[in-house]
Amino acid sequence: MSALLEVRGLRTVFHTRAGEVWAVDGVDVEVRRGECLGIVGESGSGKSVTFASVMGLVRSPGRVAEGQILFEGRDLRALSLREMRAVRGKEIAMTMQDALTALNPALTVGEQIREALEAHDETLPARGQPRRAAIRAKSVEMLGLVGIPSAESRLRQYPHEFSGGMRQRIMIAIALACRPKLLIADEPTTALDVTIQAQVLELITDIRARLGMSVVLITHDLGVVAEHCDRVMVMYAGQVVESGPTAEVIATPRHPYTRGLLASIPRPGLRGQPIRPIEGQVPDLIGMAPQCRFYSRCPVRREACLAPVAMRPAGAGRSARCVLLDEVPA
Amino acid sequence: MKPLLTVEHLSKHYESRRGLVERLTGVPHTVVRAVNDVSLTVAKGEILGLIGESGCGKSTLGRAILRLNEPNAGKVVFDGTDVTALDPLALKNMRRRMQIIFQDPYASLNPRRTVAEIVGLPLKLHGLASGEEARAITARIVERVGLKANQLDRYPHQFSGGQRQRIGIARALVSNPEFIVCDEPVSALDVSIQAQIIALLLELKREMGLTYLFISHDISVIGYLADRVAVMYLGEIVEMGPVDDVLANPRHPYTQSLLSAVPEIEPHGRKPRVRLKGDLPSPLHPPSGCKFHTRCPLAIDICRTLAPVSENVGPGHQAACHRLAEGVSLMSETGA
Repeated sequence: MSALLEVRGLRTVFHTRAGEVWAVDGVDVEVRRGECLGIVGESGSGKSVTFASVMGLVRSPGRVAEGQILFEGRDLRALSLREMRAVRGKEIAMTMQDALTALNPALTVGEQIREALEAHDETLPARGQPRRAAIRAKSVEMLGLVGIPSAESRLRQYPHEFSGGMRQRIMIAIALACRPKLLIADEPTTALDVTIQAQVLELITDIRARLGMSVVLITHDLGVVAEHCDRVMVMYAGQVVESGPTAEVIATPRHPYTRGLLASIPRPGLRGQPIRPIEGQVPDLIGMAPQCRFYSRCPVRREACLAPVAMRPAGAGRSARCVLLDEVPA
Repeated sequence: MKPLLTVEHLSKHYESRRGLVERLTGVPHTVVRAVNDVSLTVAKGEILGLIGESGCGKSTLGRAILRLNEPNAGKVVFDGTDVTALDPLALKNMRRRMQIIFQDPYASLNPRRTVAEIVGLPLKLHGLASGEEARAITARIVERVGLKANQLDRYPHQFSGGQRQRIGIARALVSNPEFIVCDEPVSALDVSIQAQIIALLLELKREMGLTYLFISHDISVIGYLADRVAVMYLGEIVEMGPVDDVLANPRHPYTQSLLSAVPEIEPHGRKPRVRLKGDLPSPLHPPSGCKFHTRCPLAIDICRTLAPVSENVGPGHQAACHRLAEGVSLMSETGA
């Protein structure tokens, strides 16, 4: 399977008063056609900034400093603003975590879907009644696709008239309006209750299969990744620490952080057994030494970790950023 | 065992505010029954988990038990004392023994007070200690929750979310209480930090002989730490029982759908998914009869008109559903 999106050596920096923060530091990503890639990490791990960089949405004081972002072989970083605008929404679309702030409260849902269609859909009739009718038909179709009933009347409503789960669906409908090849869903269900979360995730998985698009699912919930993603990438403090097929990464994690993350999840089956949390906190990225970033919290750290640590192969289709992999062969 | 806390038929209703026009034209109040006729007990040394989705009334219930929100009806008995009948002074004294840890470690700490002031305040309010002695007690509890004594004079903004939650825990524990309402204490935290706080709360419970009412929307957290669990839906408890029984053999269709919606990490742990229709109904206009009937795949005619009463379905395990006796279950209907 060929890669739809290939990111190599991405580095994104934020200039703050306290110093430079390398929020994304040497990240490689590959998204294949038709697959669902899960990106897991805690707050500040750089998972959202990585994909904001891909979308060209990093604004001052942030800046994409280095790296290649290849989408179907084209380097997105070399595109002009105008060319990039044609890619965003049409080829790659992104949904945001908080649908209430991401949607425009002053426009009806119908107007917001129309904006996306008018910006990108060249199949629409040029003007007049046929154009309006085509936009209307497509909007109704999109709301139907994301499971919003009585779409005709719902199009005239404003975001505040919808529940949290419905708003997330609307954002997905807007993102999918131009049938992008890649959907980046940034924490689509974090703000939602578990029964609604299940509905929205099933919807995304279902639409992915029907439209044959690729999905990047950014989340902090390993359970969500386990159920919905073919492959997973674990991020920590601006770097990828482990990647591979989801089932294998969860069954035999190769990086101490992934292991710690899995051990941190409370599970009913483990009641009475002590939970083994990862000690300490995420390091301050300002003035970070070029060492393993998990060093301060790692239970198996050693001297070799104080030098820069690169990703290493860790079995078929897998890699991890840990010096221990050199000692214990995969 | 004699329960430490008994809640009997507790209700907390909110009336909507009416403007002048509404009042003059006689538009009636709309009433939100946030907590409706809830009864439960918590034994000494027990953790009762309270689970439900946002807006189901679980936090309101926790606060009504402490009379942080004055309940409209019902009784709360703590260690033989009717808390709902206490005058303000007696209530204040009682609060030394009943504390709360809040969900939001950002909003629940006064940004203009130092850690020493925040954590030491209960000592001052209850006249337990002052001056050097209070500072020593404060330092001890702050160290116990995993912060350093030299951080006592810092302000909340100088701490991370997990550390702030530790400050909130220290404040709740400094007066040496017996019962603590933990209101989603780990929901705002990252997974690795969440595990640290859960481990800390369990250690403290063991050391200090505490009793918790642990409110959460996360079934994994409740399943890991609670002894018993109560499931709430639209202001009412629909199922309650030992956590093992309820998780392994949920009897209410809502509990069943809630459990099946939790994403499982282990492939063999995956259950057949019960998909609920629609969203939580507005508590302003709750459905008639069984409040779950609008989303329940098992609903029949009687569910639309008559509210079910709670029945025993196992040792210490109750559920409120009209279809219990028939033995129909969502798990078996949609199952493999």
